Amino acid sequence: MAVSPTLNASPPAGSGALLVISVVGAFLAIMGAGLSHDPIFRLQAETVSLAGVLAAFALSSGLAGGTLRDHPDRYADNVIKAGVIATMFWAAAGLLAGVLIAAQLSWPSVFYFPDAGWLNFGRLRPLHTSGVIFAFGGNALIATSFWVVQRTCKARLAGGIAPWFVFWGYQLFIVLAATGYLMGATQGKEYAEPEWYTDLWLTIVWVAYLLVFLGTIWKRKEPHIYVANWFYLAFIVTIALLHLVNNASVPVGLLNHRSYGVFSGVQDALTQWWYGHNAVGFFLTAGFLAMMYYFVPKRVQRPVYSYRLSIVHFWALIFIYIWAGPHHLHYTALPQWAQTLGMTFSIMLWMPSWGGMINGLMTLSGAWDKLRTDPVVRMMVVAIAFYGMSTFEGPVMSIRAVNALSHYTDWTIGHVHSGALGWVGFITFGSIYCMVPWLWKKKDMYSNTLIEWHFWIATTGILLYIAAMWVSGIMEGLMWREYTPQGFLAYSFIETVSAKHVENVIRTVGGLMFLTGALIMIFNIWKTIATPDAQLANAASTDDAPAAPAPAIA
Amino acid sequence: MSLWKHHAKFERHSLLLIIGIVVVVSIGGLVEIAPLFWLQSTIEKVEGVRPYTPLEQAGRDIYVREGCYLCHSQMVRPLRDEVERYGHYSLAAESMYDHPFQWGSKRTGPDLARVGGKYSDSWHRDHLIDPRSVVPESVMPPYKFLAQTELDYSDVVDRMKALHTVGVPYTPEMMANAKADVQAQADPYSTDAVGLRARYGAKVVNRDFDGDPDRVTEMDALVAYLQMLGTMVDFKSYNAQSPENQR
Repeated sequence: MAVSPTLNASPPAGSGALLVISVVGAFLAIMGAGLSHDPIFRLQAETVSLAGVLAAFALSSGLAGGTLRDHPDRYADNVIKAGVIATMFWAAAGLLAGVLIAAQLSWPSVFYFPDAGWLNFGRLRPLHTSGVIFAFGGNALIATSFWVVQRTCKARLAGGIAPWFVFWGYQLFIVLAATGYLMGATQGKEYAEPEWYTDLWLTIVWVAYLLVFLGTIWKRKEPHIYVANWFYLAFIVTIALLHLVNNASVPVGLLNHRSYGVFSGVQDALTQWWYGHNAVGFFLTAGFLAMMYYFVPKRVQRPVYSYRLSIVHFWALIFIYIWAGPHHLHYTALPQWAQTLGMTFSIMLWMPSWGGMINGLMTLSGAWDKLRTDPVVRMMVVAIAFYGMSTFEGPVMSIRAVNALSHYTDWTIGHVHSGALGWVGFITFGSIYCMVPWLWKKKDMYSNTLIEWHFWIATTGILLYIAAMWVSGIMEGLMWREYTPQGFLAYSFIETVSAKHVENVIRTVGGLMFLTGALIMIFNIWKTIATPDAQLANAASTDDAPAAPAPAIA
Repeated sequence: MSLWKHHAKFERHSLLLIIGIVVVVSIGGLVEIAPLFWLQSTIEKVEGVRPYTPLEQAGRDIYVREGCYLCHSQMVRPLRDEVERYGHYSLAAESMYDHPFQWGSKRTGPDLARVGGKYSDSWHRDHLIDPRSVVPESVMPPYKFLAQTELDYSDVVDRMKALHTVGVPYTPEMMANAKADVQAQADPYSTDAVGLRARYGAKVVNRDFDGDPDRVTEMDALVAYLQMLGTMVDFKSYNAQSPENQR
């Protein structure tokens, strides 16, 4: 497609409206900060007002200077570039928080600071989990979904300025949540810690995200919606549903940061784990399967292994996942019929999960040699292998008898990290290694050797991490239930804590290695962007890639 | 097979695809969660469970704020070793006024569902200020600042109103006396403690939980909450084998 003149192009639709919203938002936030008697609410409101002022400044200077221009004939790639940078930034931040709290459990007298209570484990742990899941994972999902939906629909992102609103709105959500945790603003439900106003803001951003994604699909020039987009859509829609139900709460006041959830006790527990397990199922699985369905076939230049398998495992996966939540509540005060249902569906879930694994792995049919020659392919294949491993381990742990041992122990932590580091981390890194040269118009990444180093350091780190957690988890589970021949409990609780010291240290080392790999990747990406590529210098100065027919994948 | 061709409808119509997704992901939640709200047998009938006193609720808010639930469960499972280690297994009724529930998912530290009354106030104080001063191998963070921070209960009535909105049976009388009740419970010589007990039950104790008689600190609130945990249900009158308690 010919490059049309863009010098006199108008600004993206909605820029003016967003400017007004930013100013009004900043004003309301300043009002809120001034009127509130609650110091936490005041600081959060001040953060919002700062964000509003910055947004208004950026928008007005962009509008006045003419730098904010629409390019309807090109793919919107700048917002994806920003997404890639944000993904890697939050990866480093979230992993660093993880290493710090792992070090706290290994050397409590060194890494706790009695005069800085906000650095205690209880406040940093949500920072780590949200930082990795929502900041790193969320940015990766938004950035890749914007890439994939444009290429597979052959249409520019819909909504004018809206994709940028989604990007920056999501960063504001992260900043509000993270600073809130450090100050002590939390709802006290795992992975749903952000308080009511942060939840409301995320709802607005999420609806905008859904509309941008759907609007792009509506503009598509392909008759069929590509399989990756089914998964992205299921992820966006279901996360909205989970978020709205689990975070239903009543604020203490409109200028008070605290709220109380509408559910209590046993109902709250099941609602929370319906949410919590499907944050895994839809945020950390469906969304990242979408990445797999685009970037693996693209990178190895082979079609997806089986179209029919993708249909069957898509519907089976999203149907069965929703039921699996009660396996987090075995032997609790949750009625046993609900526990049994949860366990049954968790075991069934093994099949659609492996359907996805098989479809991903077998896509390499005829291209297995790339495993040896292309470290990016190797990274994505190992990601799928970890996906297969943790989706087998999960159903095993959901069996009541196994869960009696594994629940409350480090085994669960190891299981989560084989999924989060192995599957989510590696499939994301692989996708970003694919996207960076495409986005910045480079022939390839700056250094393949550094990708090799990243791969091997991070893989060793994951293995150290999960092996240490298997040992410590099963050990403490067995020690808790150990009896002496006389019929007394063999160990006091604290003996089971001190027994885990070595494993805690190994876990810290493993996490540090994974973080090191991510830092190597950041360096590699930075060098890729900064190093001029003489061959393609003509394309490097423009806003976006032409919306030319991208090579379609079957 | 023609069935595969029918799937093309979902692939060609985004709204159909969304409707399909919403229907498919709604079924499991509706079948599992919805009945918990109307099945009478979900929560056992027990004597003794009451709403938290304003000081205990403030302590609970601190427990939530500090993320204690990330390392401590409040859910004793009906397994031999747990019942011997911690006490009677937890009942659904014991957390019926918990917004949010704090059952937890991890025991980096021990379960706290029945920690109330097991240690003295001064042990809790020492342990919270510097865990390793009483348990050398502990990996728990220090909470020195709780003893130094005066409890902010300026919005305690608003908190109780919000809790009342979500279903906690606080009476107008409880809310009217909330601030006085906070002070009464943290003062061993308070004459208002009679009213506090009249409102919340005879088992409520008023003590100087933090050992600092001059002011009500966050330590007072948190220790008051911990010392109450697991002590409400009258297990003498609870018959686990009776049909209405079988779930």
